Amino acid sequence: MPKMPKYFDEMTGHSGTPRAPYGDYCKWFAGENNARLLEKSEEAEALFRLIGVTFNVYGDPDATERLIPFDLVPRIIAAREWAVLERGIEQRVRALNAFLHDIYHRQEIVRAGRVPAEMIARNEAFLPQMIGVSPPGDIYTHIVGTDLVRTGDDEFFVLEDNARTPSGVSYMLENRETMLHMFPELFSKVKVRSVSQYPRSLRRSLSACAPDACNGRPTLAVLTPGIHNSAYYEHAFLADQMSAELVEGHDLRVVDGRVAMRTTQGYKAIDVLYRRVDDEYLDPMNFNPDSMLGVPGIMDAYRAGGITIANAPGTGIADDKAIYSYMPDIVEFYTGEKAILKNVPTHRCSEDDALKYVLDNLADLVVKEVHGSGGYGMLVGPAASKKEIEAFRAKLKANPGNYIAQPTLALSTVPILTDAGLAPRHVDLRPYVLMSPDKVEITPGGLTRVALTEGSLVVNSSQGGGTKDTWVLEE
Amino acid sequence: MLGKTAGGLFWMFRYLERAENTARMIDAGLRISLTRSSAADSEWTAILSSTGLAQAYKDSHGAANGPAVIDFLLRDPNNPGSIMAGIEAARVNARVVRTALTREVWEAVNECYMVLKRLLAQPVEDRDLPRVLQIIRQRSAFVRGALHGSMVRNDMYNFGRIGTFFERADNTARILDQKYYILLPSVRLVGSASDNVQWDTILRATSTTRAYQTLHEGETDPMAIARFLILDGRLPRSLAFCYRKIGENLGYLAEEYNTRHESHALSDALCNQFKTQDMNAIFDYGLHEFISDFLHDSAALGRQIEIDYRFSE
Repeated sequence: MPKMPKYFDEMTGHSGTPRAPYGDYCKWFAGENNARLLEKSEEAEALFRLIGVTFNVYGDPDATERLIPFDLVPRIIAAREWAVLERGIEQRVRALNAFLHDIYHRQEIVRAGRVPAEMIARNEAFLPQMIGVSPPGDIYTHIVGTDLVRTGDDEFFVLEDNARTPSGVSYMLENRETMLHMFPELFSKVKVRSVSQYPRSLRRSLSACAPDACNGRPTLAVLTPGIHNSAYYEHAFLADQMSAELVEGHDLRVVDGRVAMRTTQGYKAIDVLYRRVDDEYLDPMNFNPDSMLGVPGIMDAYRAGGITIANAPGTGIADDKAIYSYMPDIVEFYTGEKAILKNVPTHRCSEDDALKYVLDNLADLVVKEVHGSGGYGMLVGPAASKKEIEAFRAKLKANPGNYIAQPTLALSTVPILTDAGLAPRHVDLRPYVLMSPDKVEITPGGLTRVALTEGSLVVNSSQGGGTKDTWVLEE
Repeated sequence: MLGKTAGGLFWMFRYLERAENTARMIDAGLRISLTRSSAADSEWTAILSSTGLAQAYKDSHGAANGPAVIDFLLRDPNNPGSIMAGIEAARVNARVVRTALTREVWEAVNECYMVLKRLLAQPVEDRDLPRVLQIIRQRSAFVRGALHGSMVRNDMYNFGRIGTFFERADNTARILDQKYYILLPSVRLVGSASDNVQWDTILRATSTTRAYQTLHEGETDPMAIARFLILDGRLPRSLAFCYRKIGENLGYLAEEYNTRHESHALSDALCNQFKTQDMNAIFDYGLHEFISDFLHDSAALGRQIEIDYRFSE
């Protein structure tokens, strides 16, 4: 068993004895030996390599295909805990979708003085091309990954709302498959809710958002930047699992107001495009003219109702880290209820008082770029050297509006398997949410990311993080 | 099905077939260098020519010698025609068309790549060469097995098969193109020991020695060898066999899509000549000319398939 942590450990709490959700697992674990489990660990790695569950690291020519390390100790969530998260996430996602509709139409929230006008107008992620556009079914955020962290028994915080193109869902699915393959006996002892329905739900959910132009059964496609993209495996996996075509920009063109793909029998219209390409590259005629990844004229077809794009262009503004700080207001404004899930207190460095506070307390804070992602370009004060802090201070002063700061949270830990037995490591959780006009569906569990280095708080796979299978227990 | 996917499947299986064929040719060359070292260098030159890599080799290495040619064909990172490069290209295509493949086929290709990447990381020592060549053929066979055992017989399968037979016929034709002169009827009268070795090499490079012996009761006769590799519909590496298969697969596509294209006419014309001509007619026309015409016509068919099924814009 792990040594007593100073952080909340999800397996043992603060007490050192297993918490209730881990009871059955720990009983099973006590009968296992470490060497056998380490062997299983290698087996899992070989399996991932064979299947090709790899990702590409940008700027690393020697390791073009890497595995995300998989730890085989599951992260377990009780039914009761999940029920709260589920309600909180649904509330938040509905509010985000309503917010997006509002800011691209009447901007009531700005008129009401709850979000400052410049937060919208001067935001890079705000797309003027979307003003007045109503996507099919009024859905903007078809797929959301809500990043959560935990600090105590009932203490959950939302860290980020990923409303553009959240990745990682293939790991959620492959991790579970691998666990089922390696420990079938464990799943007969512990009743874990299934995640394997996700691709079917995704297909159903996207189909429910087909545009009026669609005749009969909707044709779906996944748009990928191509095999060199870091998440290509996931793009291919999802297309395969939902029986959709996996397309690149050069497979597509606009034909008679519809976005169509070049098939062996001519061009065929697509109804719903699940794009894994950023807004800016989507349409060289409307956005970045140098983009080779997109489809010339797709935005015009979109605005005319010829295709559904998931997520809708312009949703990026909702997962902007500066907008994030307004989320409690946003939830309340659109749902009329208090937010169920807490926000991490956030200092907007664009504001003078906040900037002063942040500069005075850099060593204790986490500072992030407003538009950053993947753990790039952030400062984790407590883990940084004096030199790193000073270098960051200069960047921050040069462009304060580009940053927000948050207190360093005491992220919970879950043990990982090491040569010396279990050892606690910090984790976060990204549940995956599907939204269609008729329902919000949250897959029980999600992707648990784990910082493999002792004491590290950075869980991103691009920074050496790993993943775990995430179990939500049945009632 | 996307045109790009059809093209990806066609090329994936062409690259796999090509890598396998190159392994057979190295095997044949190795055999000659073991038994008749004096003839070996010219044999390696002939092998480089059949693979279309003679010029590239000459530019980077100069004169042909066994170990250098073997390394060049197996794994030279600067040779885009090497076996390793071919397997990598097959895998890149497999990743592009991942959604059209079963998990079995993908894993067989991926494992083939992983195994060879390890085996071919360093130059292969002489004593390991036969084993490495065997593994290449075996891994390629695993992919074929996974294809047959797990893929639905639809357009995806057909494009993969067309790629396989297209490359295979091309390979057999190129070997014949290099060696036609020793198969001419005039040679039959001479029949020196050197010719015997050459005949043997042709059979070995196509892995058809045993099949030939069985069907011809041990008699080695150049005209029979030519007939065997060109016209014998029982031999899976003969031009007649490959083109019958290409014709069948194009036929299934015509049925599935309810459309015949220019490529069907071209393929029919190619298939027909194997049905209507006998060896005497081919020799009368000229074996070399016949093979040259074939390579020309099949290249035209390849281009036409690419256009008809919209592999690219």
